[in-house]
Amino acid sequence: MNWLNNFLNSSIGKKFVMAITGSFLLIFLIIHLIGNITLFFGPDAFNGYVKTLDVIKPLIRVIELVLLAAFVFHIFNGFRLWLENKRARPVEYKINGSTENSSIFSRTMFISGSIIFIFLVLHLGTFFWRFNVHDPQQLADAHQYYDIVVGFFQIWWYVLLYIIAMILLGFHLNHGFQSAFQTFGLNSKKYTPLIKKLGTIYAIIMAVGFASMPIYFFLSGGVK
Amino acid sequence: MIKLESKVPSGNISEKWTNHKFNLKLINPANKRKYTIIVVGTGLAGASASATLGELGYNVLTFTFHDSARRAHSIAAQGGINAAKNYQNDGDSVYRLFYDTVKGGDFRAREANVYRLAEVSGNIIDQCVSQGVPFAREYGGLLDNRSFGGAQVSRTFYARGQTGQQLLIGAVASMNRQIDLGTVKLFTRREMLDLVVIDGQAKGIVVRNLVTGEIEKYSAHAVVLATGGYSNVFFLSTNAMNCNTTAIWRSHKRGALFANPCFTQIHPTCLPLHGESQSKLTLMSESLRNDGRVWVSKIKNDMRQPNDIPEEERDYYLERKYPSFGNLSPRDISSRAAKEVCDEGRGVLGGEAVYLDFRDAIKRLGRNVIEERYGNLFEIYETITGDNPYQVPMKIYPAPHYTMGGLWVDYNLMSNLPGLFVLGEANFSDHGANRLGASALMQGLADGYFIIPYTMGDYLASYKPTLVDTSHPEFEKVKNEVQETTKKLLSIKGKRTVDDIHKQLGRIMWDKVGMARNEKGLKEAISQIRNLREEFWTSVNVPGSGDDVNQTLERAGRLIDYLELGELMAIDALNRNESCGGHFREEYQYEDGEAKRDDENYSYVAAWEFKENFNWELHKENLVFEYVKPAVRSYK
Amino acid sequence: METKILKLKLKIWRQKNANSVGSFVDYDVSVSPDASFLEMLDELNNKLESQGLEPVVFESDCREGICGTCGLVINGQPHGPIPRIATCQLHMRNFKDGDTIWIEPFRAKAFPVIKDLMVDRSGFDKILQAGGYISANVGGAQDANMIPIPKDVASEAFDAAACIGCGACVAACKNASAMLFVSAKISHLGLLPQGQPERYRRVDRMIKVMDELGFGSCTNTYACEAECPKGISVKFIARMNRDYIAAKLKSKTLEQV
Repeated sequence: MNWLNNFLNSSIGKKFVMAITGSFLLIFLIIHLIGNITLFFGPDAFNGYVKTLDVIKPLIRVIELVLLAAFVFHIFNGFRLWLENKRARPVEYKINGSTENSSIFSRTMFISGSIIFIFLVLHLGTFFWRFNVHDPQQLADAHQYYDIVVGFFQIWWYVLLYIIAMILLGFHLNHGFQSAFQTFGLNSKKYTPLIKKLGTIYAIIMAVGFASMPIYFFLSGGVK
Repeated sequence: MIKLESKVPSGNISEKWTNHKFNLKLINPANKRKYTIIVVGTGLAGASASATLGELGYNVLTFTFHDSARRAHSIAAQGGINAAKNYQNDGDSVYRLFYDTVKGGDFRAREANVYRLAEVSGNIIDQCVSQGVPFAREYGGLLDNRSFGGAQVSRTFYARGQTGQQLLIGAVASMNRQIDLGTVKLFTRREMLDLVVIDGQAKGIVVRNLVTGEIEKYSAHAVVLATGGYSNVFFLSTNAMNCNTTAIWRSHKRGALFANPCFTQIHPTCLPLHGESQSKLTLMSESLRNDGRVWVSKIKNDMRQPNDIPEEERDYYLERKYPSFGNLSPRDISSRAAKEVCDEGRGVLGGEAVYLDFRDAIKRLGRNVIEERYGNLFEIYETITGDNPYQVPMKIYPAPHYTMGGLWVDYNLMSNLPGLFVLGEANFSDHGANRLGASALMQGLADGYFIIPYTMGDYLASYKPTLVDTSHPEFEKVKNEVQETTKKLLSIKGKRTVDDIHKQLGRIMWDKVGMARNEKGLKEAISQIRNLREEFWTSVNVPGSGDDVNQTLERAGRLIDYLELGELMAIDALNRNESCGGHFREEYQYEDGEAKRDDENYSYVAAWEFKENFNWELHKENLVFEYVKPAVRSYK
Repeated sequence: METKILKLKLKIWRQKNANSVGSFVDYDVSVSPDASFLEMLDELNNKLESQGLEPVVFESDCREGICGTCGLVINGQPHGPIPRIATCQLHMRNFKDGDTIWIEPFRAKAFPVIKDLMVDRSGFDKILQAGGYISANVGGAQDANMIPIPKDVASEAFDAAACIGCGACVAACKNASAMLFVSAKISHLGLLPQGQPERYRRVDRMIKVMDELGFGSCTNTYACEAECPKGISVKFIARMNRDYIAAKLKSKTLEQV
């Protein structure tokens, strides 16, 4: 297994881990968004959706474990790469011309990732913890999932943080999507422009999709 | 008393090398690692020699003043490399390449060497392809060729406009492989400053570590110099900034003969001067002459823009004077023709430049074809001049480019000092008085890949040289002399900068030992150079110390040698009372201005021996032409 | 021809040696717009030398953009503001009278400064010496036309081989990653049929050395491609990733390095 260790700790290996975990998260976000959209169809739709998830709980738990692993590896590796890459240039340039040669999305991956991470902790603490740990049986019986979510979307600072995080998520995904293809070695004159466009469309859909809920419910004041 | 023995083997010219290879002595494979060989320089000749000697199992120490072997100036060769493959079925053969090269060199090269060069030329292409050199190909996947000056067949292999780069990457990769395997040890940022000769044999070198300033000694059973040419004696040339003559010149002063120093090539297609601050001249590949037409106005001091000069008022002087070779006439002839029309006042805006025009080629082939063939060269041109050559003709003028002269070597590429081998441009051997385009790359690689591996073994087996320890008094003595020179340079603290003096030398050389020479000018040049040399030693200013990076000190050291070599070039030019190839003496020309060779009196290699106080003794190696009979070299 | 002279303020990084602390020093120069950037520095150095001062150490050789020796970071961009050229091909006509120009050395842990603007890029050669070649002894080569190579393959290999090894990719990358250089070298050989036998061993060994030398990782910002004087494409990095992943995950016979 020495080869695996070598591979995972090599520069390309670490990138590979970023790309493979990132790809998994990209898919997860699509499913997550589709599920959340039920919010727009009222309490019954949303509560029904959450309840369905409850029915297949054992499967969900397995997926959650994989998801956890993906997040942990993605975040741990990302942090490690950031640290190592900092060390690769001990003396910074006085004048930095990076705006001339690279996109803001690619340069800000660590910052956007960090803020998304903070959001993620908060996000888990609010919804995930409430749904799963805080007396779930009672919630399920009373179908209160919808109320909890909409309740949070009335708090202005929460909504604001949510929106900022989603914009940065868009940044992160815009670069991450095409970057994953590059890391897997899929870059060609023919397909790469298409991949880049798809990545941007994907990033916009995710950012706008997730942000639309707090905005809608905040503006509508939580009216059913 | 030095006796020049060319050691050309007997027999028919087509069998000489084959027979010679069989007669050369061999070293047992197990014994090869007991021999240490120093190679100085990592251009095509040096890198290929290091790789090949390493492959054979010798213990090779390779030196370069660059930070990386990949930077040697072979990298800048644009156009291509010749080989007698006859892939185009256009009548090429080893014999024709041999014939073209001897004729192109104006009958001043050694026939046997040239034949061998042509003979191994095909193997070079095979070797390079096997190393992964990405030569240009046709749609069928086979190799493509283009034409070059001085030949009527297409035998030039190329990799876009960067053939030298690709060949060097290949040769250096082969050397890197030997470094990986441990047979070659590479020393970077080391400049050879002297040769150590003990009992008449080359035993090692003294180098300066360009980072620490330390003077280091290295000993070996044999020393191979592959340090390139000396065009920078003109200050402005197409050579790289750091190209220099130090290694061969200081070896010359230790006893190696310098042959035909006045044979310098002025390349016809370079960018004209822009001003005083200019640091070097940029070459535009000769391959441009495949499709570009060279012309000037028929009117003197014509101040019109080129596109305003109508067809009938243009003089396509190369096509007019040399109808059968036209724009692809050899370099010496094209350069001189350019100088002639400019001297008449018909140059661009009355100045020193001629037009190289692609208008007709673009009309005939379309812009896309021209772009594919020369796109990168056009870009380079536009970057430097700000003009777009698709719309406005290029302006070009000749510039010093290559030196056919160099250290004298025998058929085995060994100098008169046993154990001192000289390869590539640094030796004098294959190009006579003028080199044909795309032949320099061929010679460098022929010497390194296919000749030195054979002849080195023979030297080691027949001379049985011993390895001298670097604590030997002679090593110490040479090292001290080198240190003394450094100290002296640093202590003068005069008023003139190194570049200032070098520019002055360059002007003397260009005006009087350049494209056209005469007795009066050469004599003036000799005395002016001597004076300048004296001035150098009293008024140069080299700031800094010798204990770390000091680029001024490096340049000053090189200038010492140019100031001496320049004089010998003038002496050699003065001695050669004829015109041949790149050496044009105004006194010796036909009525139409063509060069007038004197085969009766000057069919020899002029090999100069350095004596005390800047005196030189001339030794002659007579040239015998058994196969290509000397004739007036006509490209009409 | 206009003979306008540009007056410029230069802020140049001066550093005595690898162990000392450097700083920016101001110089005023006047220069013709036809001069190249390095000729402008030559003139400055000539002036300094004539005053008995130590000139600014910078490297250059061919001055035709092919040897890869020169390399300065000019106003934050390796090889200056004009794309697809080396520092030696940059001409002063691209600057305006009165401009201030910051000149810094390439900065990377793997490229330590030797003096002033001169850096040690020998790491690149260490990588090449760990497999950046095709093992083909002289003497045994078959006829060159025995290996037909499709024109587009040869052309793509050339695109990679055009790399001049200047190090601008490392200098431009926010992570000081060498992946554009290494991938260009690997792709040049890996694309050609001659390079197949050693393809996976080569990528495995070269990456190992690259990692040991302290270059950063690629985060796909592509600043390298934008600053590369030869326009080497980042598609070669993708290709290298693919080969490396294959070398590590697929090949059974490969000795692990």
